[in-house]
Amino acid sequence: MVKFLDIIFNTGIGVALLGFISASAMFLIWWERKVSAWIQNRFGPMRVGWHGLLQPIADAVKLLLKENISPASADKLVWWLAPFFAVVPAVMAFICMPFDKNLIARDLNTGVLFMIAITSICVFGIFMAGWGSNNKYSLLSAMRAVAQIISYEIPLTLSVLTVLMFANSLSMQDIVRAQSKYWFIVYPNLTIAFIIYIISATAEVNRAPFDISEAESELVAGFHTEYSGMKFAMFFIGEYTNFFIISAIAATLFLGGWQGPFLPPVVWFLLKTYAIVFLLMWVRWTFPRVRVDQLMAFAWKVLTPIAFVNLLIAGLFLIKTR
Amino acid sequence: MQSVNFFEVIRAKFPEALQEESTQAIIIPKEKLLTLARFLKTHEPEFDSLHCLTAIDRKERIEVVYIFCSLKAKASLTLKVYLNINDLKVESLAGIWKAADWFEREVYDLFGVTFLNHPNLKRILNPDDWQGYPLRKDFTHPNIVKKP
Amino acid sequence: METALKESKCITTEEFLINMGPQHPSTHGVLYLELKLDGEVALGCTVHLGYLHRGMEKIAESRTLTQFIPFTDRLDYIASMNNNLAFVLAAEKLLGLEVNARAKYIRVVIAELNRIASHLLGIGCFAQDLGAFATPLFYCFRDREKIVDIFNELCGNRLTYNYMRIGGVQFDFTKEIEIKIKEFIKYMSNKVNDYEWLLSGNVIFLARTKNVGVLLKEVAINYGVTGPNLRASGVKWDLRKDEPYSGYENFQFDIPTGINGDSWDRYKVKLEEIKESLKIIEQAIGALPEGDPTVKAGRQHKLPVGEAYMRSENPRGELGFYIAGDGSFNPYRLKIRPPSFSNLSVIAELVKGCKIADVVCILGSLDIVMGEIDR
Repeated sequence: MVKFLDIIFNTGIGVALLGFISASAMFLIWWERKVSAWIQNRFGPMRVGWHGLLQPIADAVKLLLKENISPASADKLVWWLAPFFAVVPAVMAFICMPFDKNLIARDLNTGVLFMIAITSICVFGIFMAGWGSNNKYSLLSAMRAVAQIISYEIPLTLSVLTVLMFANSLSMQDIVRAQSKYWFIVYPNLTIAFIIYIISATAEVNRAPFDISEAESELVAGFHTEYSGMKFAMFFIGEYTNFFIISAIAATLFLGGWQGPFLPPVVWFLLKTYAIVFLLMWVRWTFPRVRVDQLMAFAWKVLTPIAFVNLLIAGLFLIKTR
Repeated sequence: MQSVNFFEVIRAKFPEALQEESTQAIIIPKEKLLTLARFLKTHEPEFDSLHCLTAIDRKERIEVVYIFCSLKAKASLTLKVYLNINDLKVESLAGIWKAADWFEREVYDLFGVTFLNHPNLKRILNPDDWQGYPLRKDFTHPNIVKKP
Repeated sequence: METALKESKCITTEEFLINMGPQHPSTHGVLYLELKLDGEVALGCTVHLGYLHRGMEKIAESRTLTQFIPFTDRLDYIASMNNNLAFVLAAEKLLGLEVNARAKYIRVVIAELNRIASHLLGIGCFAQDLGAFATPLFYCFRDREKIVDIFNELCGNRLTYNYMRIGGVQFDFTKEIEIKIKEFIKYMSNKVNDYEWLLSGNVIFLARTKNVGVLLKEVAINYGVTGPNLRASGVKWDLRKDEPYSGYENFQFDIPTGINGDSWDRYKVKLEEIKESLKIIEQAIGALPEGDPTVKAGRQHKLPVGEAYMRSENPRGELGFYIAGDGSFNPYRLKIRPPSFSNLSVIAELVKGCKIADVVCILGSLDIVMGEIDR
């Protein structure tokens, strides 16, 4: 009986999370369009709902109703599976997302490790899509994506590692609690780690200026050139969910997560997350795209050494203060 | 076109050169084109740019028109080669001015003039399997309707 | 690393061909580049043209000169006014017509306004090709819109103007238009700095454009490259100064040139030319002579037996018209010498050894318009 209740409870959590994820992805899509419009002297979506608020729903309905076209020469199995690999890991990362003191699906004691591991699986989705499409542009894009994501994983993990040394735990909730006095970002080491994290996280989710795997002016649309309808929508949702996740991780690791005065913790969490989301949108709509060799050189020659040195200094600092 | 000044210079070196009355363009036999082109490129005022290359269909002959331009001396020169309609072959200038490459392909495409020793003489504007040379006066195509 | 891989023979690599175009977001129309790639590096490219070929030169042979003016709009549709001007100048040269001073000045004002509009679009599309998600493009369109509005008020069209006439222009400037143009000069002088802020100082933009697609001076001249692309390679050559037409000799302006001939210089020259064009417009609109610049509609000209070639400085380079007359109303032969045609021919030289992203960057910096290449 207890087990049965447990299943119902877990299913409930799953449904709630899925609901939140789709709502958040839709909101982010709408907001991105609005922010870009604001930057570019436009209105953005205005017709569907108040200031186009229902536009993502209209888009989703349109995409659902579209015909499912698959290229004749595609590797069918890989091609069909790819969108799931783009979405499922992103959804799974929400398992240890601390919205509030108690509002967390599972507070794993290896939470951060789980998050980083699970979000990296997205690269499989991109690579499968690029390979399965049997399209040269998509293949090039997939190669770029793999190279890019694996390279940026290193500075990203190193910067997270710095945080873990300060927090002394891998659990997301413990990290938040460790910031009850000061946010981690106020420590100079962690400020650097934050900057490194934001840069590599932008690259991790393939957003401009590191969107070389999508690069519509070079590779048309990269790995999802051949996808249409709901499969395309799944890539889209996966992309925006990942975008939310990296911002949420940044908010949790560096900006004190759900902690904050006056307002309810969930609101604080979302506020901080959306502040970082806005920052990344601002960057996206302002900067041109970097070239693939510059991108790799930046990861290996600039970010990784700085992250290493930063980690070392943080270690020395902690030894001294303890 | 300040071709008048250069005509005497060219005439001294190439006695075969003539001057066209109406346009002041210099006419050179096609055998001499390559040597004259090299001469123009290297001697004062150094026509370093082939500005334009085209052709005119005069029914019994096709005139290939070259317009050279010297950036240094701010001068330009119009050169013509008359080709008999039965022998549309002339040396390519692509080895001297790279600009000639595409211009000559265009003239080949639209007029059917063959440029000898051209690196890649293929149709440029029309499809590769196009029949006929559209800018010739005798070009016919089922889609062309004569104006009443 | 790539060479090491090849030498070790553990992994066999092969070159592959990729079709960039005819439908591709950044080939500026319907250009088809057949790129030969080794991984990310382009080894060479073959250019296929003709997707927009409309046989304009053949059409011209069955039209009178006046009837052909609207066709010139469709050559370089970004700078229709300049095309109009180049064509009527060639026609006037063949016919031996003189144009009165006011018409000349109006033509200069209009041509320079359209040059600004064209360069704005060139810069905007270039930034778009570099992946700057449309923001610079929208800024450019915002400013271009002001020019288009002026043209709309002047001649009723927004893209294909058909404004210049053989012997003059279609409509005279009204007082309102003069005021609008003066306001635009003030507006644009400030706005040019926006681009400096948004692009010229951007680290990524600099990294992407500096030393990319270096076009050497000698190569540029040899390929017949003209316009801003030639000037970016360090050649101080501008027909407005070197072979003045339509009264350009009366105005004070500089010719901006580049140093290295890379994509950055091509961008910078365009930006500087906008400033110079503003200077010219200011001088011309301030000293607009009196007179009637308009020409009666429907006037046809009988062409003399003879040939005339006239070129003028378009935003993209030197647009030339070679008109041969045979005593009838229609030209016997009309050759259009489009600047983009020669400018594009240099691409095979430039893309060797570049990354794919650089190919797009070079193509954007050359600022071609397929409408005039294919004609």
